[in-house]
Amino acid sequence: MKTVYLDNNATTQVAPEVLEAMLPYFHDLYGNPSSMHSFGGQVARKIREAREQVAALIGATPDEIIFTSCGTESDNAAIRSSLATYPERRHIVTSRVEHPAVKSLCANLAGQGYRITELPVDKNGILDMEQFAGSLTPDTAVVSLMWANNETGVIFPVEKAAELARERGIPFHTDAVQSTGKIPINLQKSAIDMLSFSGHKLHAPKGIGVLYIRKGTRFSPFLIGGHQEKGRRGGTENTPSIVGLGKACELAARDMDAENTTVKRLRDRLESALLTRIPKCRVNGDIQQRLPNTTNISFEFVEGEGILLLMNEYGICASSGSACTSGSLQPSHVLRAMGVPFTMAHGSIRFSLSIYNTEEEIDFVIEKLPPIIERLRSMSPYWTSVAQACVSA
Amino acid sequence: MWEYTDKVREHFLNPRNVGEVENPDGVAEVGSIACGDALKLSFKLDENKRIREAKFKTFGCASAIASSSALTEMIKGMTLEEARKVTNQDIAAYLGGLPQEKMHCSVMGKEALEKAIENYQGAPAKEPGAQIICECFGVTDREIERAVRENNLATVEEVTNYTKAGGGCGNCHDAIRQIIERVRAENKPAAAPKLTNIQKIKRIEEALEREIRPSLKHDGGDIELIDVVGNRVIVAVRGACAACKASDITLKHFVEAKLRDLVSPDLIIEEVAP
Repeated sequence: MKTVYLDNNATTQVAPEVLEAMLPYFHDLYGNPSSMHSFGGQVARKIREAREQVAALIGATPDEIIFTSCGTESDNAAIRSSLATYPERRHIVTSRVEHPAVKSLCANLAGQGYRITELPVDKNGILDMEQFAGSLTPDTAVVSLMWANNETGVIFPVEKAAELARERGIPFHTDAVQSTGKIPINLQKSAIDMLSFSGHKLHAPKGIGVLYIRKGTRFSPFLIGGHQEKGRRGGTENTPSIVGLGKACELAARDMDAENTTVKRLRDRLESALLTRIPKCRVNGDIQQRLPNTTNISFEFVEGEGILLLMNEYGICASSGSACTSGSLQPSHVLRAMGVPFTMAHGSIRFSLSIYNTEEEIDFVIEKLPPIIERLRSMSPYWTSVAQACVSA
Repeated sequence: MWEYTDKVREHFLNPRNVGEVENPDGVAEVGSIACGDALKLSFKLDENKRIREAKFKTFGCASAIASSSALTEMIKGMTLEEARKVTNQDIAAYLGGLPQEKMHCSVMGKEALEKAIENYQGAPAKEPGAQIICECFGVTDREIERAVRENNLATVEEVTNYTKAGGGCGNCHDAIRQIIERVRAENKPAAAPKLTNIQKIKRIEEALEREIRPSLKHDGGDIELIDVVGNRVIVAVRGACAACKASDITLKHFVEAKLRDLVSPDLIIEEVAP
């Protein structure tokens, strides 16, 4: 059975060019870039090149790039660095819809006596900028807001928010794991001080992340060890992955247009076809301020896990914000923060596309999904004559 | 991804007995859309008072649908007496087991069956005196007690897996812990014999003296037994305890728990008005 992979916000396939770039660094060019011989030195050169490729994608300079192991490490390093470098400040501003890498860390810090402001979002997942400005205090050690939401794709105006923070002398961090490579980012022109992203969301392998630290930003390292990354992150470099990430960033810059035209068109085609063919469903999140590859659709009166498992029978991969799939007993915190009613939240499915998806794949999903929803609804005690009457009305 | 057995997958992909029985003898609906799963069960009896037909409609995950399907298959041909004896573990076993986190699906099946039988027999749908413990999922003390008893649960996490109670805001975790302690105390083989009032007072005094006072005194506090009325143990706190904001918690979690453990599980501690 062919796999139709529409779960690219979870992880992506390694691009063939990326894999090819990486392979020599496992077996042939395995030297340690810190070594004092040219066998290792040639690897250091390659890492320098990768750092330049990464910097170019986000409008940074190479020395502002720190390689880490993942997005979560970058988020932890950024937030903890601000707390360490502003020890007199005890307040953190973030949002209710952050990824667990930030959300759980903040909950943990709250237990250590930090005051956390979790900004709410409206029903479309949009941040209230006035409320944001009002939350900033002289005691605020760091602001951490995601650039784009992993579940809905909704984009926060982080550049504007960063300016407001800078005016007040507060370091600003953004988790850009979902937006990097999907929408243009130019840090030179922004007031963002720290930015995290992860390789495996943009066709590099898992296990490699980036932390951008603006020149002049106070920084206290998270992993202390050797002099790697100029002492800002100890640990022998993950050479193959760094090389792969460099290549992936180069490809992402090249494919940025396609992401916002071809991929967006496929996403829109999928979304509008499903909304037309399936009664009682709706899109979660603002449809304008949104990543081009993501759609989060709720199918009322059915539960997400059932939808996923029936799609799985056709090789279709997606995600759900339902309780049953979240591993907890409540639906996703993102949908709850947006006030999505329970009847909708449990039946939410996220489709996230990549440049590797084709029109045939999208048409396949458009053909297979309506009967799946119909089948589950026929089993649902809530899909009563009343609900159906509402549809035909 | 959940590790479902082939039997669960099979019952999810090809569920048996979906729908509603026409003119049912018994019908029940449990769960709610807010909780993420709900089950409507209906059955019809034959002339020998055996279940001839059973059908379900379920909103929920694959294991909820599979549990419902399994339940309807299991109870067909049973008398109500036999059906009443079906436990959530029987449902899970029929399916070759469920992941721990999904055991509440089997509990939902058992509850629906019980309520549908009650519905037929005209018994009260609501258990008398049941109290909601978990506000998020609307789970009562009776439901938690039964899950603890029938599945020998020992932790809050297990209770959550079986009943969902405590899976939301977490405010009820202490209450769940108390229920677990209470039920597990009942199960202790040496069930406390019924005490006369004199015996009870004596044993309370002993427990206070040996087990409780030393700990309180360690923190500069003390406790005095004022009276015992039925199962109400009326005490006064002294010394540092009298000025301590946390003395309520100490009384509830330490003194009451100790007395229940050592004297009788029904004791309730009360502080005299200052």
